[in-house]
Amino acid sequence: MTEKKEQKESYPKYAPGTHVHDKDIYERKITYTWWEPEVQYSWSLGPAMSRFLQELKAGKIIGIKCNRCRRVIVPPRMFCEYCYGPTSDWVYLKDTGTVETFSLSYLDADARRIEEPILIGVISIDGASPKHGFMHYFGEMKPEELKIGMKVKAVWKPENEREGSITDIKYFKPFRGGEE
Amino acid sequence: MSRKVCVIGIGHTDFNSMTPDMQWKEIMYEACQKSYVDAGVDPRKDIDSFITCAEDYWEGFSIFDEFVPDQIGAVLRPCCTVCGDGIYGLGNAYMQIKTGIVDVVAVEAHSKASDMLTYGDIVLFAYDPIFERPISGPVERPNYAGSPSYSKERPKPLVGSTDEKERIHPYFLAGLEMQHYLRKTNTTEEQCASVVVKNKKNAFNNPYADYEAKISVDDVMSSEYLFKPIKRLDISPNVDGAVSFVLADEKTAKNLGVELIYLSGFGWSSETPWLSTRGMDAAYATKAAKMAYKMAGILQPRKEIDIAEVDDRFSYKELQHLEAMGLARPGEAAQMLEEGVLDVKGSFPTNTSGGSLGVGNSLEATGLQKSLEIVTQLRGYAGKRQVPGAEIGIAQAWRGIPSGSGAVAIFKRG
Repeated sequence: MTEKKEQKESYPKYAPGTHVHDKDIYERKITYTWWEPEVQYSWSLGPAMSRFLQELKAGKIIGIKCNRCRRVIVPPRMFCEYCYGPTSDWVYLKDTGTVETFSLSYLDADARRIEEPILIGVISIDGASPKHGFMHYFGEMKPEELKIGMKVKAVWKPENEREGSITDIKYFKPFRGGEE
Repeated sequence: MSRKVCVIGIGHTDFNSMTPDMQWKEIMYEACQKSYVDAGVDPRKDIDSFITCAEDYWEGFSIFDEFVPDQIGAVLRPCCTVCGDGIYGLGNAYMQIKTGIVDVVAVEAHSKASDMLTYGDIVLFAYDPIFERPISGPVERPNYAGSPSYSKERPKPLVGSTDEKERIHPYFLAGLEMQHYLRKTNTTEEQCASVVVKNKKNAFNNPYADYEAKISVDDVMSSEYLFKPIKRLDISPNVDGAVSFVLADEKTAKNLGVELIYLSGFGWSSETPWLSTRGMDAAYATKAAKMAYKMAGILQPRKEIDIAEVDDRFSYKELQHLEAMGLARPGEAAQMLEEGVLDVKGSFPTNTSGGSLGVGNSLEATGLQKSLEIVTQLRGYAGKRQVPGAEIGIAQAWRGIPSGSGAVAIFKRG
């Protein structure tokens, strides 16, 4: 009987039916199955990444040279992806750099709208070859201050909170010449 | 297109139960660089196309393809990933070269199994979520101290099995299949144990193998039952390692002046995923082998082929695969084994590398490890385990539990 009634009320008339509500899913009126995979990994990092992270813990950024391509690469790797030869000498870099590009994110990790945008971008690190660097957050600045080409400096976590991770740098702040 | 396809370079790392000193990119780089030096090619100029065979869940990356180019020399070059065993990469390379679009193709596969903390659960994730997963797992709840989700409380139950005792490791499927195989062919558990003894012994003469051991049938028989009739030593333990191949058309190979080893036949086949409906006789291997024999013009496989590397990730699998591929009559493989036919010095040497039981289960690298052994043998560089005068060899790989897929490659000395 209810079906007939719904048919009458539906529009267009040739497409009877009712909408699915999330309640129907919770009450399992809709058939479904689910599975929560247990997938965990513990990746060995190898010499280059291990050294890079150890240096971050010590508050330093380290790169590596490819003598054939004459470039200073950061983050360092054991081989050069352009000439396919092994990389050679370690080289300490500054913790300052240049904003290559950036974005203001108005969504958080769960795709929820946020009021104050998260500032993120690519920083090329001083001392490395042009366009060599990594992604990070920006802080201590207003969104409208962030510009391509601006000089920035790393803001580190206190030494006792560093754990050998890219997040040992909290963010990059505006860097004005002469500052330390 | 009548151009022939040759293997012009091979390279591999050492195989180890764990590789804490190297990143997965670095083991790939090592194997690839060795194969490029072996072939005498510069990957940045001479290789036209690159293929990696990898499965996202083994690696722990979504779209693993994107993480591949650097370490194989493929940045800004034609590159693709085949989600399957490395031996499928050889088939793909073969087809690419046959089209005439490319002349030189690199194929890589690897295992960094030691990076996986929950191997059993990752295998379980390959089972059907409605009918099979609830009956088995989860097998390894994430209670590793040091993992972010570590808790001292008992892990929460998932759909289906709620009592920890009911849980079963996904390898149980091999137990079902072995039971079926023993019954059908009148093969005994002791005979399967002999496969383990032979392969672990062969591995002593293979410098890159990691699980060589001098053991007896009694040792295997007295190892504990895990999935009766399967015992601990019937199972190949996981291993880390990488293998790389370079293939080229015949003309390019001749110009390079390398020893000509032809990839003369290739075949592949997949079963239905319905575990309860599909056959348990490795029909995938039968079909793949027939396809490869036809392509290679082989009419009497057992007579014409000199050496075989077949998938032995469980001891009975070696015997089952030999029979499925028509290299032994049904029920005859165990007898061949007992008569020494399958030994390095026998008339049909099988798994001279030590196989997966002796080298280790290298996941997607398994098929390339087996092909590597065949090419090494055909080149005559196999050292103490060399089979004299080997002209034609066959490599076969299965995709492992719970798959019903596999491929076969036939190599011929030029």
